[in-house]
Amino acid sequence: MQIATSFPSQAVIRAIQSRLTSADHLEHFLARVGINRMQHRVTPGLYALGNPNSESPVFVTANYTLSFDALRSALSGIDGYILVLDTQGVNVWCAAGEGTFGTDELVRRIEACQLKEVVSQRQLILPQLGAPGIAAHEIRKRSGFKVEYGPVRAADLPEYLKTHQATPEMRLVRFTLTDRLTVAAVDVMVALLPMLIVAAVMYFLGGWWASAAVVVTVLSGLLLFPALLPWLPGSDFTSKGFSLGLLAASPFAIVMLLNQPETAWWLRAGNALCYLLIMPPLVAYLALLFTGSTTFTSRSGVKKEIFTYIPRLAWMLGAGVVLLIALFVFGRLGRF
Amino acid sequence: MRLVSEFNTLQYEVEACTGCGVCVEVCPHGVFAMNSHVARVVRPDACMECGACQINCPFGAILVDSGTGCASAMIRAALTGKKQPT
Repeated sequence: MQIATSFPSQAVIRAIQSRLTSADHLEHFLARVGINRMQHRVTPGLYALGNPNSESPVFVTANYTLSFDALRSALSGIDGYILVLDTQGVNVWCAAGEGTFGTDELVRRIEACQLKEVVSQRQLILPQLGAPGIAAHEIRKRSGFKVEYGPVRAADLPEYLKTHQATPEMRLVRFTLTDRLTVAAVDVMVALLPMLIVAAVMYFLGGWWASAAVVVTVLSGLLLFPALLPWLPGSDFTSKGFSLGLLAASPFAIVMLLNQPETAWWLRAGNALCYLLIMPPLVAYLALLFTGSTTFTSRSGVKKEIFTYIPRLAWMLGAGVVLLIALFVFGRLGRF
Repeated sequence: MRLVSEFNTLQYEVEACTGCGVCVEVCPHGVFAMNSHVARVVRPDACMECGACQINCPFGAILVDSGTGCASAMIRAALTGKKQPT
């Protein structure tokens, strides 16, 4: 028992490698497609990467597997410590917004891990996107550690560590096509089963076209919208989504108008109108919901969009649904 | 002089700035830049109200009604009557 007490600290330090295994990659895939979404967690605490000594740098991250793994895989060949905060399995940026990646948690974790006894240097390197939850000057006052904000992306860390100065480029968030499709994948996976059920129900009510309209609406809102976001006409998310919804609904409306010329014109027009009234507001609503997945929307901006558009979208959708029910009750819903 | 953004809830009091530069470091959209020893707001329209600059400014020079620009969270909060976490 002599040995145990001779350790400088009673706190546990877990050894971790920089290299990701195939099991890690499988877990990343599951997290990306939304399977066990909140359960991709790392035990909070202190980790040793490589062979760190008392002068080695300390990196701070969240206990979401993707955050932790992005950090450790970027630090290949670097000896250091990783301090994992308890963010309940949420990534750094979202957790900082919620306050779980926060000043209190960081101070508590420094004490619980007895970091002052593990390292003699007094610097912490935090991800820049942790800043909304952390008051750097408070951390210094309360723990004695000076906070240094590293780059937005862990991949830039090796370059950053050469000078401890981030380039302006390293400080900016991006939202590339790959980023947009990556976050869209989760929503598509979550919506897949409900979409297929509704599509099946619509097949029995209105046939193939009604069924296809469900799939086109959902995929337009959840996949095409994120992909085409920068290029869609409109000044905000809802209007961009509405434009896309109109575009998606028009083939359906044209088919309803032109097919079966023996049917009364007003019935064909009614069916066409149904698609035009229902699909665009639904796609616009899904587009509005995408705001939370982006890297640049503000709360006041989104609030303004909600108040401006939601009532109009609801009225339009309501009118479309009433028309749909009327056509169905009178047995005139377009079956082609 | 207090600068009030017309695009969002960002406000900035240049007299309180000591030029430490932490706002330039933490902003993910390049809203601030250093200009002869004080910070200046150079891209007010790009602010997403994350609040990183406000919480990290030791001198209280920045004010922003921070929160996440997430429609589903806001709608959920409105429907359940619960307060949205900021």
